[in-house]
Amino acid sequence: MYSEIVMEHFKNPRNVGEIPNADGVGEVGNPACGDIMAFYIKVKDNVLEDVKFKTFGCGAAIAVSSMVSEMAKGKTLDEAMKISNKSVIEALDGLPQKKHHCSNLGADALHRAIEDYRAKQKGEKFQKPEDSPEACSCPVCDVNDPEEAPYCASVCEHSSK
Amino acid sequence: MRTINMDHVAASPLLPEVIEAMMPFLTVKFGNPSSMHSLGADVAEEIDAARTNVAQLINAKDQEVFFTSGGTEANNWALKGIASTNRSRGNHIITSSIEHFSIMHAVKALEKQGFEVTRLPVDAYGIVDPQDVERAITQNTILISVMHANNEMGSIQPIAEIGKIARQYKIPFHTDAVATAGVIPVDVDQLNVDLLSMAANPFYGPQGVGALYVRRGVKISPLLDGGIQEGGYRAGTENVVGIVGMGKAAEMAVVEMDARIAHLIPLRDRLLTEIPAAIEEVDPVGHPTLRLPGNVSVTVKYVEGESMLLFLDMEGIKIASGSACISRSLKVSHVMLSMGIDAGTAQGSLLFTLGEDNTYEDVDDVLRILPPIVQKLRDMSPLYKRSSKTKAS
Repeated sequence: MYSEIVMEHFKNPRNVGEIPNADGVGEVGNPACGDIMAFYIKVKDNVLEDVKFKTFGCGAAIAVSSMVSEMAKGKTLDEAMKISNKSVIEALDGLPQKKHHCSNLGADALHRAIEDYRAKQKGEKFQKPEDSPEACSCPVCDVNDPEEAPYCASVCEHSSK
Repeated sequence: MRTINMDHVAASPLLPEVIEAMMPFLTVKFGNPSSMHSLGADVAEEIDAARTNVAQLINAKDQEVFFTSGGTEANNWALKGIASTNRSRGNHIITSSIEHFSIMHAVKALEKQGFEVTRLPVDAYGIVDPQDVERAITQNTILISVMHANNEMGSIQPIAEIGKIARQYKIPFHTDAVATAGVIPVDVDQLNVDLLSMAANPFYGPQGVGALYVRRGVKISPLLDGGIQEGGYRAGTENVVGIVGMGKAAEMAVVEMDARIAHLIPLRDRLLTEIPAAIEEVDPVGHPTLRLPGNVSVTVKYVEGESMLLFLDMEGIKIASGSACISRSLKVSHVMLSMGIDAGTAQGSLLFTLGEDNTYEDVDDVLRILPPIVQKLRDMSPLYKRSSKTKAS
């Protein structure tokens, strides 16, 4: 079901853990959707000096987190903000269609950690979006009768689709 | 590496005797039972013999057993057949909230046609209260369908009691016994059922064949129209090789059932007690004793089922999970949610379904291999905060 690269990252995930006193923290997801990802970043001279993550989720979610952490490390903040859902899927040599939302979550969690860092730099408090609607923007919700996907729908109904 | 199959709910291997019984029908005995010549007549006799074996397994009469393509067809036929036959008498159907998809979605299809549906709740063990069934009955109730046992959490329902109530109100009562027929004693008279669905694979027969029991006198319209196979109730040339295999498997289940149960229960109970003892914050799912003999269902907190399943697979252990990440629909199991298990906890579902081929050695391997996998994934999980107990170690 999964590509060799996905299985390799799942078996040996890179950069697992937390960074004490991280410069930025980003979390997305909801257990009802299946995945929760937390990213921790250390920033030096506008560059991601260190990236770590913790993930609750399936094989794809763990592989995506690992891949995103590798892709982000050493990049400038602007470069890292450009890491997209699509580029993560490509780097993993593909993901099954129904697991595509996992890749959204990985990039989102990283971006949120960067936004958290930037907000702190400005002396503001980063406002985590309420209900994290994008955390459950699974493609399945788009094709399924919402009535038949009550548990996803309860999270997704706030999303501005 | 040894392969340990603890996913018998997905597929059970055929018994060698069943394969042997089926082989001639894949080679020389290829006749169509509807033919008038001897090539067909011989095959027709074998189908009758298989029907007798299946009928004996559930204490039915031969003519009350109709072969189908499996449990899903039997369930669809029972519900849609009874509903359309009784449409003029009423439009209310009672079922439970923990049914298999083939009941759940057939009921939903009937709902779209104007039928009204009551879906009964279950308790924390996943069991329906017969009193709830009685309370749900209205003048318009034309069908009650409650499954005998759910494979996802193993609990066995009080079918005989529900059947008694249904009979008192003269309402046709169906049970989906796919998980139980051929596995534990199933007697259509003791259970007070009018219709019962079953499939061959759970008792080591082939996939793609099952049967619907319809009590004599119960009126039901066919699901498939066509020729006059199965007395005109189920059209289409018979799956001869499958039916013969199911017949042989039924014959063997009658003989071996007690020994199989005696083999499975100690293995089941060892896993049900030892997994929670070896790993913190693991809870068994379903009833501890009113339970399928080979079913072990647990939830592991702070980790997700698919990732545990994949690591177990790498170690040769094949299991299932009710996690949303595994289902094609990305939804958490409706069965666990109905039992009051929250979605996050249900994500950590592990389902071991044991069979004839499993041993104590297999169970010991699971108890040795699972705990470090859980720990590795918990160390990776943002939900896992080390409790004071683990801090000390």
